[in-house]
Amino acid sequence: MMLRLILGLALIFPFCGAEARTVTDSAGRVVEIPDEVNRVFAAGPPTSVLIYALKPEVLLGWSRALSPSEKPYIAEPFRELPETGRLTGRGGEANIERILALDPDLIVDFGSVRDTYIDLANRIQEQTGIPYLLVNGRFEETPTSIRLVAEVLGVPERGERLASSAEATFEKLDSILSTVPKGQRPRVYLARGPDGLETGLKGSINTEIIERAGGQNVAEVPGLYGLVQVSPEQVLIADPETVITWDQHFYSNVWNDALWQGVTAVREGRVYLSPTQPFGWIDRPPSINRMMGLKWLAGLFYPDRWSGDLRTETRDFYRLWYHVEMEDNDIDRLLEWTIGRAQ
Amino acid sequence: MDNWPRTIIRRSRASRVGTTFLLTGLVFAGACGALLIGPFPLGPVDALSVIFQGADAGEPTGQASTVLLSIRLPRITAALLVGAALAAAGACYQTLFRNVLVSPDILGVSAGAGLGAVLGIFLSLPVYAIQFMGFLGGLAAVMLVGFVSTAVRTGDRTLILVLAGVVVGALAGAATSLLKVLADPYDQLPAITFWLLGSLAGVKPVDLMPAAPVVLVGLVPLVLLRWRINVLSLGDEEARALGVEAGKLRLAVIVCATLITASVVAIAGVVGWVGLVIPHIARMIVGPGFGILLPTSLLLGAGYMLAVDTLARTVSGVEVPLGILTAVVGAPFFLWLLAKGRRAWA
Repeated sequence: MMLRLILGLALIFPFCGAEARTVTDSAGRVVEIPDEVNRVFAAGPPTSVLIYALKPEVLLGWSRALSPSEKPYIAEPFRELPETGRLTGRGGEANIERILALDPDLIVDFGSVRDTYIDLANRIQEQTGIPYLLVNGRFEETPTSIRLVAEVLGVPERGERLASSAEATFEKLDSILSTVPKGQRPRVYLARGPDGLETGLKGSINTEIIERAGGQNVAEVPGLYGLVQVSPEQVLIADPETVITWDQHFYSNVWNDALWQGVTAVREGRVYLSPTQPFGWIDRPPSINRMMGLKWLAGLFYPDRWSGDLRTETRDFYRLWYHVEMEDNDIDRLLEWTIGRAQ
Repeated sequence: MDNWPRTIIRRSRASRVGTTFLLTGLVFAGACGALLIGPFPLGPVDALSVIFQGADAGEPTGQASTVLLSIRLPRITAALLVGAALAAAGACYQTLFRNVLVSPDILGVSAGAGLGAVLGIFLSLPVYAIQFMGFLGGLAAVMLVGFVSTAVRTGDRTLILVLAGVVVGALAGAATSLLKVLADPYDQLPAITFWLLGSLAGVKPVDLMPAAPVVLVGLVPLVLLRWRINVLSLGDEEARALGVEAGKLRLAVIVCATLITASVVAIAGVVGWVGLVIPHIARMIVGPGFGILLPTSLLLGAGYMLAVDTLARTVSGVEVPLGILTAVVGAPFFLWLLAKGRRAWA
């Protein structure tokens, strides 16, 4: 009994010596975190992208292992980080013991801050004793969330650079949008899935980038959110002026598919394939990677008013956020289809 | 396993033929009506002008002809095909196993087709390949069940066949779940979920090209053999006494029913309920004799699926998955029938 007590004290004491501070996360939870955070467990794909952008050295692993096509767009030392699984979502496949074995200083979850996730965070924090930080993943909150996490990771200057870059993009867009009434904004359809008949309704996290970039999502059912299936007839009636997709099969078939010929976007060649490496530009995951998609969409929706060359913007973005210097042929491969067939 | 009396209800030939004709007429009328229903505004006059003028008319008629001929017509055809196939397969299996709780999934065909298609989505294959994988998966599952049940030589053959079907179905279901866990949660997982719920939203004429002939190849022998299959419901001994070789016939029925189920599941996704319930409703109307049960189930299934799919594409601004609607529409209706006409088949 005595021995156990001594052992216990010996285990606890070193930690008592370490400096600790408290942070208030996006859900209003007060979390005690160590002064220096060197090992971070990312609860899901959006979080690993955020941590990678801010301070890749502290990232313990990717929520999903990178595929061979994604690796060239990630800085060399971080391509082979292990797969650590998702902690949130449906049950979560990350094993709590395995998380403990990784010995993280902090768990970060960048995404929804609804009650379910607050409860999940509290449970895991109690169970493991590892501080668990919830960070709001809504697109509009990006600069605030970046600053919060950067502060926690001890890289406020880096956070300031990224956050102000995101703010600059938002502001540049807002100055364009202030002159375009809602009714005159381009009508956009996001085609998901191999047949393009899966889409995200207006107001869901999968499509919020469309509205932010100054488009109108044609898939709108009042009171409904999330991913849905639609019929070709509904697409014909909605008659979008622009179609965005990241599915290569859909993109290559849509031009010859009789069903889609009645859609203005297809007739006028305004179907655009979004790059997906190393992270999606539109969604997939919904994280800071969408800032690149925002610039791209702004250029597509308002070609006359959005100043900026896509190649330069892409190169700068990947250098600043993803720590990679892209060769010309890397950019070519990435941007191959983003131009559409309008010209 | 004898859940219905062995005496085959005798009805006058005239009344049976009458029922069949009535149902055929109703389904045909329903299909014509459904052609005019949909979110795209299209009146009967537009429809007639499309049919009689062809596609070479002006711009507005061009749009109308796309809606009518490229979207609604193939979809309605697919609904009829899927409903008829699933109901026919269900009627076959129920007669074959002499059990009214049997559905076309009994030998694992839906679970196998589901696994095949999900694997296709997981590998990011194009749509036609996903459908083909679904078809192959359905056939493979039933073949596996066949091998297992022939390998086990002891015990009740029917029981072993059913048990093997349950086991293979469970394994395919587990593999499907594994793929769902491994799939990209932002891209593939939603596609998998939608596929497993079933839908005809994306059906194109080109999808019907391979599926329809295969369904016919499976359906024609069943229709031709329907009187012999009827004898199977009496039991193997009795069948032999009547000169029907139960073993071979049973194999033929399983092969045909599997072919038609696998090909429709490949284009529609997993649509439950139809194959289980429609044969019951048919039995309430015309009795358990397979000779008349098969055509009646076939027609009722086609009509039911047509109604459900028309709801699926019109009831909301987005598609409602078929797997949800078939149960939501079918269950209360079935309960009502049960309460009302119980003695018709028990």
